[in-house]
Order: sequence, then C-alpha cells, then structure tokens
Amino acid sequence: MTKPAVELTGVTKRFGDDVVAVSDLDLTINDGEFFSLLGPSGCGKTTTLRMIAGFEFPTEGSVRVHGSEMGLKPPNQRPINTVFQSYALFPHMTVTENVAFGLNMKKVEKSEVQKRVARVLDQVQLSKRADARPSQLSGGMQQRVALARALVNEPEVLLLDEPLGALDLKLRQAMQVELKDLQGRVGITFIYVTHDQQEALTMSDRIGVMSDGRLLQVGRSEEIYERPTSRFVADFIGDINLIDVTMNGSNSARLGTGVEIGVPEGGAQPGNDVTLALRPERLALYDLDEEIPAGHNRLKARVTRRLYYGDVYFYDVDVGIGTEIEVKEENRPGVELYDVGEEAYLVWSPEAANLVLS
Amino acid sequence: MSEGTATARSTDRILGINAWLVFLFLYAPIVLLIAFSFNDNSNVSIWTEPSFRWYGAMFQDANVMNALRNSLIVAFFSTIVSTVIGTMLAIALERYRFRGRGALDGIAYLPIIIPDVTMAVMLLIFFFQVFGILNDLVGIQLRNGLGTITLSHIAFSISFVAVVVRARLSQLDNSLEEAAADLYASRWQAFRKVTLPLIAPGVAGGALLALTLSLDDVVVTQFVSGAGATTLPVYVFGLVRRGVTPLINAVSTLMLVASMVLVGISLGLQRGAGTRGEKPDDPEALLDEATVD
Amino acid sequence: MTAPPVAAEPETPAPVTPELEHAAIKAESRRGLLISLPAYIYLVLLFVVPLVLVFVYSFATRDSTGLTVLEDWNLESYKRLFTEIVFEIFARSLVLAVVTTVICLLFSYPFAYYIATRSPRVRNLLLIFVMIPFWSNFLVRTYAWRVILGSEGPISQISLAMGGEPIRLLFTTPAVLIGLVYGFLPFMVLPLYAALERMDWRLVEAARDLYADGWTSFRKVTLPLSMPGVVAGSILVFIPSLGAYVTPAILGGAKTTLLGDYIVSQFLAARNWPFGSALSFAVMFVMLLATIFYFRAGAKTL
Repeated sequence: MTKPAVELTGVTKRFGDDVVAVSDLDLTINDGEFFSLLGPSGCGKTTTLRMIAGFEFPTEGSVRVHGSEMGLKPPNQRPINTVFQSYALFPHMTVTENVAFGLNMKKVEKSEVQKRVARVLDQVQLSKRADARPSQLSGGMQQRVALARALVNEPEVLLLDEPLGALDLKLRQAMQVELKDLQGRVGITFIYVTHDQQEALTMSDRIGVMSDGRLLQVGRSEEIYERPTSRFVADFIGDINLIDVTMNGSNSARLGTGVEIGVPEGGAQPGNDVTLALRPERLALYDLDEEIPAGHNRLKARVTRRLYYGDVYFYDVDVGIGTEIEVKEENRPGVELYDVGEEAYLVWSPEAANLVLS
Repeated sequence: MSEGTATARSTDRILGINAWLVFLFLYAPIVLLIAFSFNDNSNVSIWTEPSFRWYGAMFQDANVMNALRNSLIVAFFSTIVSTVIGTMLAIALERYRFRGRGALDGIAYLPIIIPDVTMAVMLLIFFFQVFGILNDLVGIQLRNGLGTITLSHIAFSISFVAVVVRARLSQLDNSLEEAAADLYASRWQAFRKVTLPLIAPGVAGGALLALTLSLDDVVVTQFVSGAGATTLPVYVFGLVRRGVTPLINAVSTLMLVASMVLVGISLGLQRGAGTRGEKPDDPEALLDEATVD
Repeated sequence: MTAPPVAAEPETPAPVTPELEHAAIKAESRRGLLISLPAYIYLVLLFVVPLVLVFVYSFATRDSTGLTVLEDWNLESYKRLFTEIVFEIFARSLVLAVVTTVICLLFSYPFAYYIATRSPRVRNLLLIFVMIPFWSNFLVRTYAWRVILGSEGPISQISLAMGGEPIRLLFTTPAVLIGLVYGFLPFMVLPLYAALERMDWRLVEAARDLYADGWTSFRKVTLPLSMPGVVAGSILVFIPSLGAYVTPAILGGAKTTLLGDYIVSQFLAARNWPFGSALSFAVMFVMLLATIFYFRAGAKTL
C-alpha cells in the first residue's frame, strides 16, 4: 500500500500568545484522492493548507509528504505546488513564461520545458493563448493558467486554495466538473480548500470539516452528509433540522412537549439530552386521514410557510416545540400541496434521523 | 466614480474657471521666464529681438560650467546610492518584521517633513564636529566639498525613495512572491524575476525624485560646501541675490526645461508600466457577480 | 505582510516544535534587519547623530572669536529665544506660514476636486500638467517671480502703462507670500487629489438619495472623508513655509526678517552656533506640535 500523500500529526499553529489558528490536527490524506478541507471563514483550513505548502510553519507537529517529514523546509524545497485564490499569475510574463517558471527554476532542459508546457497547455485547452499576458485573459482562463503552471511540475500533491471563488456560478459549476475529471486523469493527490459545501460534496472523494481550528469530522461525502457526528457539521452541510430531545430508552426519546418518538440506537443513555438531526428531504407531510407507514414517527403539524423552488417545495411547519421544522417535498407531477395554516402530520422513519451527541 | 452626479452644472463651471486660473498661475511665470531668456537686450524689460546670445554666454562662463559639472556629479552619485539604500529600506519595512522596525519607520519619515534649513544646520554641525574629532585623533583635516555635499544629498533622499518604492510595493499582490517560492525559486531568484520587475516603476520614480531633490537643493548644499566646490543652484542663488541678469534667465530656463523633460520621461514610463501586479480587487466585489450562497 | 519563511535547514527535517518555530521566526527577523542595515546605519549616522549634535550645541557657549566652545553648558541660547526680537520674527514667520497654508488650501481644494471629478483620461492629463511645475527646479520657479515682480518686470510695466506708479511688489512681504504660495501649491494639490480620488463617491450619491443638497452633502460627506488629504497637504505646506529660506531671500526685503534667514545668519554672518542651534530646535519643536495638532484635528472630523 502506498504511503499516504500527506500526513499531519498533532499540528498546532499559534500566532502570538492568544490566537490559535489550528489546534492539534491529525489528518491523513490518501495518495491519489481528491480531498477537501471544508469550513467557514476563519476555521483554519487555509492556514492548514499553507502549512502543508510551507508558507507557514506549524508551531508544533509533523507534516509528512509521502512519508518524508517536511519540518521547516521552505516551499521551494517541497514537492508540492499551489493554485492560489487570486491565481497569482506573474503579470509581466506571458502564459508560456508563467507555466514554464517552475521548470526553469529547476533548470530543466529547454526542449523538455517546451514539450511539457505545450502538453499541459493542451490539457487545459489554452494552447492558442500561449503568448498572451494574464491581463488579456478572462477569469476562467487565468484560473486554467494557474492550474497548468502548477501541474506542469508534476508535483506529488497539488494544493488548491478556493480557486473558483472569483468565477460566476455557471463557470464555477463547469470548472468543478473539469477539475474533478482532470484530477482523475492526472492521478495526483488534490487538496482543495473551500467554504462552499456544495462544491466539496460534489468534487471530493473525502471531506474534512473544520471549525475554530479543529478538525471535526473526516469522511466520504455521503458519510458527512448523512451521518454528521457533531451539531456543527450537521448544521454546516446542507439544510438540517436540529431537535433537542431527552432519551428515555435505548431507542426512544421525548421531545420538549413530552411527546415520545422513535430514534435510532446510538449509545446514548436514558436521561441524556441529545440532538436529533433530520434532513428536510427525509421528512414528509401526510393528510390527517392518510395511512401512515408502520413504525414511523408522527407529529401533528401546522404549515406556517410554503416556498417554491422550482424543483422542490419547502415547508415550514410548527409542531409545538418552539422552533419550526423544515420539510422538503419534491415537485412531482400530481404532488399534493399544503396551504399555509393547514394541519397535517409530519412523518419520518426513526432510522432517517441522526443522533448527535455533542 | 461617477463624475456627473456629484457636482451640479453651475458649481462645475465655477470649479472649472478656478482650475484654469490655477493653471494660469502655475505656468505664466514659467512661460514668461522662458520668453525673457530669448530676449537679446540686456535690459530684461525691454524686448528687442529673440536670440540665443545669452545661452552662448552661459556656455562660455567657466563658473557656470563648473557649477553644472559639480551638480551633475553629485546628483549622479547621490541618486544611485540613495535609490539602492532607499529601495532596500522599503523592502525591509514592508515585508519583514524585526526589532527596531518601529523606530526605523519613524526615523525614515523624519527627513521628509523636516525643513531644509534645519537639515542644513544639522549637517553643518555634524561635519564640523566629525572633522574636528578626526583631526584630533589622526591629524587628517578633511574639508567640506563635493564629498560632504553628496553625503548630505543621500541623507535626505533615502527617505523619499523609500516612501515611493514602499507605496508601489504595498500595492503588489504578495501572493506573487509566494507563488514564485512555490515554483521552486530561491529568495534571490524570486526577487530578481518577480518582485524587482514589478516594483521597477516605483524604483524609477524614487530615483527621479532623488535626482530632482539633488539638483534642486540650495540651503543644505550651501552649508556643507566648501570653497571652490559649488553646485549650479547655489551658484545661481548667489547671482540672483545680486540682481536679475539675462544670463541668469538663460541658465534658469535651461534648468527648467531639463527638469521638465525629466519629469515628462518619467511620467511617461510610469503610465506605461501601469498597474502590473496590483492586488486583485476586493473579493467581496468580485463575489457580487457570483451568487451561490 | 511577511515574505515566505526561510528555514534554518537541518540535515534531516524533524517535526516542528515551538522552539524550532521560534528559531525560524528569528532567522526571518534577522534577515529583515540585515536588509534594512544600510539605511539604518546611514540614517542614524547622518540624521539622528546630527540632530543630537544640534541639541548639544544649543547648550554650548560662543567664545569671543565666534567659535563654539563645548564647555560652560548653559541655557543662554534658550533664554534668548524669549526676547522680543525672536518673538517678532517667530510671529511673523508663523503668520506667514499660516496664511500661505490657508491660501493654498482655498485654491487647491476646488482645484483638486475639479480634477478628481473628471474622466480618468482627462484626470491623468491634468495631473501631468500639475506635476510638471511641481518637479521643476524650485529656485528657478521662485526666481521667475523676481523677474515678474521687479520694477522692470511686466507687472510694473502694466501699471505704468495704465498711467499709475510702477507697483513695487518686490522685496515686500506680499511678494514672499506669492512666492511661497506659488512654490508650495502643488504640495497641497497632490495629497488633496489623492484623498479625493480614493474616496468612495457612492457615499455622496447615498447622501443625495437621502435628501441632502449639493452643499450639505459636500459638508457632511466629502469634506470629512477628504480630511486626511487636507491634513497631509497642510503639513506639507506649513512646515516648509515656516522654515522658508530661499523664497524670502530672493523675494523678501531686508527689513522683514523671517525665521529661515535668521537661523542661517547665525551660522554664516553672526556666527552664533549655539543660538542658531537653539533656534533650529525651537522651530522643530513648533513643527512637531503643528504636525500633532493637524493630525488630531484631522482625526476628530472623521
């Protein structure tokens, strides 16, 4: 089995005496995978990326790339390349000169440089603009130049710091697909930093969710979305309903209103206060006289708001626990709509919920 | 920036008139002086015929030529030295953190706001004292001359160069230097191939400023120069105090035109280099277009 | 903003510890200090030391031959600062500097405003035209006024032609004022322009949207926001005006002595270096006060 591409052990970064940007991070990123570091602004994901690249040193801890300890090595001695958020293309050089920069620094032979630059420009479809200056290119093209400039050096790991942030929505979505495909073809490990959870979910093999300098959960996209292990992760990814309940059995709990519902077995003791995390799409509204599937939870609800999103309907319903519950219903032909003020049953399968213990 | 909505028509017209008046005020003396220098008559107020007579006289005047030569020598050396030192200062202050940085930052700005009379006094006393001590210690009596003038010019030029270069440096996207390092460039390579080309307009601007300050200086030079070594502005200043002559007009015009040409060249270069490598726009503004979350 | 860190390169890298990180930070620091060293040394030697020397000299004595004797430290020079003559000269210079600054401000602000509200291309062109006199030789520009204001200059000619007396403006205080305003006007224009250009004009639009008329939106939005420019420009005009030497020497009269010439004469003619040093220091002190005052006043309006 190949060594992991990047291994962070006990990595902490302190600025001065009081600011802790990253706290005791342990993370293993596998060879050849597309890994995303996801979190809100200030969570430490960019700092972590910079420590892998060498632009910052950890205050303590170990950063290993394919088994080699990086220690205090400066970025120009690490087998890693970065695609910057601002692209950082050298404005006084042409596209070709930009892309060839790293190879020239490593004193690669001229004909070899020409060959590799031509090949990578072809890969990102910019061969026609080889002699242009960055200022003459659109945002999307600049982004591809930045990518080419990094990839041409065949690094062991490629770091990407929110590279799609400056692009408009359609272009961004197109680039997401392109990047994912590129990574698959090239086979290099990609470490991708973003605050956009949609982006992370669609592109990544695995995601690491960070908040306040800590790594909260690492796993495949499906795991992160469907089985969040903390309140923060549950809330950060997608829409979620978070309901506080008190356990009163191994698989049942009481709501604040006293009503009892079924919950998945989760290792929580009776009497514990836990949070139930429910995705809106796992909830359904039933008519008061409709038959409800066996074993499902059922709560009396009153619709307080209905929003139309084209492909789905969002309902806010009041079940008497103080906060409203969000329900997502697919807009199928012939779907039954509920009006504001109407009463219905809120129904879900106990297994569809997640017990979040924090 | 929207120009139209900010000022009403009538206000704008008044502002325009004021602007024209100011421009007139700024340029009329210069134009008049140039005109007078071509007046053949030695009486400056009686206009005879245009001629180059006084320019000819100027080139034959040994004192003027000597002073000019001295000015150029001093300007040349002081510009080079102060540009190099000033650029290094700007880089150190802008890109590094070290003990004593605050103090240096403060000291570096002082020469800019201190009036030249004070500077002249400071340096006069300094050289006097230092030469005196040297004489006592090793018996060598140094004198004021082109050396002290050059050293003095460097002293007040460093700060100006540093301010100009620093302004340019702070506009530079510093991820460019990180990108260079990411692409295997050593510190020196990154500086030579990325930073330096991009701050070149700033360095050139600083050099021009140093050159102008040196060629312009009167008081400091007067105080630290010795017998026989005088610069053109100091010499002209001495002449002027004795009265207006057409010779002075000619010399002045030449100095004026020379400095204007210098400015024109440098401004042309600066506009040409334009906005290379500036920091990207505020990400918030860019995100205005992309509305995902 | 710090540059990418440089490592103290060990043979085989080890996991980082706080001590190692600290060492790396210090190495970086040392590098910065090294780069700043030439400037540091030069400025300390040829600026700070001379400054200190002036301070020292202000307490020295002047012997009978006019030489400075670094003994018998006393406060005589400083006491002399409080005599009537000095007050007179100081007051005159102060008033002149203030009037110069105010006049420059009054004309430069509309001027800078005008330029800042033109289209970018016109703006650049106008700026070039402002820069040219700014960079031209200061001595020559002042000399031009000597020619113009002289009894044989065009102004006198005009008044003669109109049948009156030739106006003798030369060697009077107004002449010095004109010369100072002329010399330092660009120093006021450029910072003002910079501040106005940097301003977010959408704020003015917002004020208009909230029912403010032109004058009010200027008073409450534009003026306060351009204060940094006003402060910077004022300092850049006031300080050189206070210590002006060349301009009064060329355009002023023997009767109205100003600070610049007074100080210079202590070192050339009168040969009283201690007194001259005390004067210089007093002037510097006043300028420092003025700078602080301007900054505070500017900050208050923000």
